[in-house]
Amino acid sequence: MSPRKWDKVATTVLYMISVFIIAVLAFLLLYILISGLPHVTWHFITGRSSSFAAGGGIGIQLFNSLYLLILSMLISIPLSLGAGIYLSEYAPKNWLTDLIRNMIEILSSLPSVVVGLFGFLVFSINMKLGFSILSGALALTVFNLPLLTRKVEDSLQAVHYTQREAGYALGLSRWETVIHVVVPSALPGILTGMILGAGRVFGEAAALIYTAGQSSPPLDFTNWNPTYIASPLNPLRSAETLAVHIWKINSEGIIPDASAVSAGASAILILFVLLFNFAARYFGNKLYRHLTGARERG
Amino acid sequence: MAEPKEMITVQDLHLYYGQQEALRGVTIDFHRNEITAVIGPSGCGKSSLLKTINRLNDLVPDVTVTGTVKLNGQDIYAPNMDAVALRKEVGMLFQQPNPFPFSIYDNVIYGLRISGEKRKNVLDEAVERSLKAAAIWDEVKDRLHDNAMSLSGGQQQRICIARVLATQPKVILMDEPTSALDPISSSEIERTMLKLKDDYSIVIVTRNMQQASRISDRTAFFLAGELIEDGPTRDIFMQPQKKETEDYISGRFG
Repeated sequence: MSPRKWDKVATTVLYMISVFIIAVLAFLLLYILISGLPHVTWHFITGRSSSFAAGGGIGIQLFNSLYLLILSMLISIPLSLGAGIYLSEYAPKNWLTDLIRNMIEILSSLPSVVVGLFGFLVFSINMKLGFSILSGALALTVFNLPLLTRKVEDSLQAVHYTQREAGYALGLSRWETVIHVVVPSALPGILTGMILGAGRVFGEAAALIYTAGQSSPPLDFTNWNPTYIASPLNPLRSAETLAVHIWKINSEGIIPDASAVSAGASAILILFVLLFNFAARYFGNKLYRHLTGARERG
Repeated sequence: MAEPKEMITVQDLHLYYGQQEALRGVTIDFHRNEITAVIGPSGCGKSSLLKTINRLNDLVPDVTVTGTVKLNGQDIYAPNMDAVALRKEVGMLFQQPNPFPFSIYDNVIYGLRISGEKRKNVLDEAVERSLKAAAIWDEVKDRLHDNAMSLSGGQQQRICIARVLATQPKVILMDEPTSALDPISSSEIERTMLKLKDDYSIVIVTRNMQQASRISDRTAFFLAGELIEDGPTRDIFMQPQKKETEDYISGRFG
């Protein structure tokens, strides 16, 4: 066959593969949304879940998911920023740095159920944190840290060397150059990575089953003091998240409307993850335009 | 007592990248309030020389420097010399305009703000003074808070000049500052430079012979890491003493 024909064949094949992938994705999304959204009501989103009777909501689970997300991001953002900045700006190029980089790569491909069992052994048992939001947040940090670090490092590496030279030549120290020149230039990429990481954490179940637990204690939504035992903000209480809730009612739920609750909860979960992704794009683009003046240039 | 006319004195400067010797014993003076052009073919060590004057080479791994470089009589490679403080005295302009992705205003006052200046009137005054000295005030005074990246290449380079001027250095190093610009922007930068030499000492590396002959007071010709010849620009271009200089200037190689 002539090169021209090959080109046509290759284009057609690639085109078909992309259509297939998009079709699968669209089917999944539509299936979840169409079967789930009819069950979503304000009462469903905010109400308490029930153990036996029909008509339970997912309010507590949604709150737990968001709280756990914030807590785990609070731990993992500073750590990944520090590690990413070190690897990109300070680490000497030698076998040790390469080894660390490889370790991070391996860590990022660890199955989340392994991370969950690791978290159970280390945080819940050894550190005596039990089934708690804190163990869950730490396990999610282990789960999320490699990707965030990688993203931070890549974003910093993408900042051109001339920017660093400009900083040094102006009489900025290395640290000042990193903090005042390089990191702001890399901010859009870093922000996108963080929000995508948040989406991943939000949908995670396997790492949480053995760390944050599969149930929540009775919560008193009038007392927000984090040290109070029934406070929603108490980081040492156990917490069932939305994703864990879906897994649980599907595997061992005995409520009569299990499939409806599961479908509704899945729809909410998907909507939130989509929201995170769109937010990542929106803020990333906006920040990028703001920082580079792309809009002014047209 | 009058200040000595030498601003920078370089003596027997050797510079190695690993094993490779990029500068082979260079001795040269750069004069106060003059423009010195450093010319020579690619890889002759002219940029390396420039980057030893503000110690930007310190950041490259495996660089060794021997010999002395004195700024205003002070040895800048002395152990007690702070390279960061030095770079506030010696500003630098690069081949590619490299404004930060912030507003024009923020770009210009960057150095000042980092060194702790917060008073708004001082900053405003520095912005106006620097942009005027860099001959771009009239073009940007109404949009100081626009992003500097949205300007043209020539304007960006003059913003970079203003950014250097705001820190009030003694010396400005320029590494082929117009080679990435169109002819009109280049001539704007050249006009700016001629005005600047009343207050600053300028060392410019250039591959553009006409530029060197147009704007510089003195010219130094480098070849393969060695200073072949330096002197008043007129002499270098009209009656070079060395054959290599003559060959290079007349375009026989390079």
